[in-house]
Amino acid sequence: MWSALKRLYHQLGSPKWFYEITTRWSPWFLWIGTALMLVGVVWGLAFAPADYLQGNSFRIIYIHVPAALLSQSAYIMMAVAGLVGLVWKMKMSFVVGKTIAPIGASLAVIALVTGAIWGKPTWGTWWVWDARLTSMLILLFLYMGVMAIYNAIESEEMANKAAAVLALVGSINIPIIKYSVEWWNTLHQPATITLTKKPTMAPEMFIPLVLTIIGFYCWFVVWVFARTRNEILWRERRTKWVKSLLSMGANR
Amino acid sequence: MLSTSPLMALFKRDLLIAFRNRGELLNPLMFFLMVASLFPLAVTPDPKFLGLIAPGIIWVGALLATLLSLDLMFKSDYEDGSLEQIILQPQPTLLFVLVKTLLHWLMAGLPLTLMAPLLGVMLALPEGGYLPLVLSLLLGTPTLSLLGAIGAGLTVGLKKGGMLMPLLILPLYIPVLIFAASSVQAGIDGNAYTGHLAFLGAYLALMLVLAPVASSAALKISIAR
Repeated sequence: MWSALKRLYHQLGSPKWFYEITTRWSPWFLWIGTALMLVGVVWGLAFAPADYLQGNSFRIIYIHVPAALLSQSAYIMMAVAGLVGLVWKMKMSFVVGKTIAPIGASLAVIALVTGAIWGKPTWGTWWVWDARLTSMLILLFLYMGVMAIYNAIESEEMANKAAAVLALVGSINIPIIKYSVEWWNTLHQPATITLTKKPTMAPEMFIPLVLTIIGFYCWFVVWVFARTRNEILWRERRTKWVKSLLSMGANR
Repeated sequence: MLSTSPLMALFKRDLLIAFRNRGELLNPLMFFLMVASLFPLAVTPDPKFLGLIAPGIIWVGALLATLLSLDLMFKSDYEDGSLEQIILQPQPTLLFVLVKTLLHWLMAGLPLTLMAPLLGVMLALPEGGYLPLVLSLLLGTPTLSLLGAIGAGLTVGLKKGGMLMPLLILPLYIPVLIFAASSVQAGIDGNAYTGHLAFLGAYLALMLVLAPVASSAALKISIAR
């Protein structure tokens, strides 16, 4: 098991192998994710019972919560990718970190927008300076900072390292920011799902949510793979294997 | 055992340079004063209302003044090449970064702290707010310098660095701002504010340990460019 993992790590470190492995994996993640999303969204939107307080407006939870959850874990993934790159000088890791940044930022935007749409009927306003909304906004700012570094530094290698340092600093500060903001003001309902406690939701509402969360994760993997593969093709455009791959595609 | 004399030499040299250019020392203070005086002009000169928002204005002003002065932290050393020599020294770079951060605090954070009560008077800060204001600035501004050194390290030598740094650093300043402003508010309301100050102190201690590691790594990355 361990040696297989180790071999996988080394294989993923090579752009060529990464490309080949993800060619095999991507369809799996895509179809499993699509199936989960279809079942989860149809179940959540059409069959789950309406909330006794919020009526049908709560149904946006099936997009809002997965996006919010994933944008937070994407930041951690980006920081871990940066750490792996800095410590073990693994270039592919930097590439993955770079591709995660805009994806995580767009997920944060999705979470903020769906949150605003949800907030209008339930709280009566699009935006409130509530702890969770604010910390999600700050998370978006942190993503923006990382993306700004990639734009500002011309040398690719330096940009990767600088962004990795910034992502690590940000990931240490995220819990501090989160708790300080939570102390400061709270209106948002407490977390619906925690790993340690039983869900406070009815199971017929809760199961579709779990399905959409896993579906979002699968789609996220597909998205990261696709962007990373593009990046690999561009970086390795002068190598033999990319040329032969592309000419094969052209002949088909 | 490595000698600490290069660190002392750097400290003395930078202090000397700072006092030879006294005008530059005044810039953050003038900025601080001007930002604070914009609010009565823009909002209202009514002392009751100003007293309500004074803690926030003073803290945001101090934060922005610190941010503006960060740009100069490593810049002149980078331009004349001494930064490379500093990094090549046998002493760990993070000690040099700590010295640089201390210097930045002495030239920005400390004067801002000393000037804050004056702005408090101008903005009609209520009685109980002065002590927590000064104490929170005393505990909070070193954290601003420490975090700022990371941003300064990442952007040194960048042509477009000026606008980039606030973007990188401001989100990290939010905990300091929250605890500091709420400590002043607690002081005004007559509540205990030591808890807020304790948080500021804890954040300072944490960043004192972690931030120099990040900023020296950032400097080394920037130098290799």
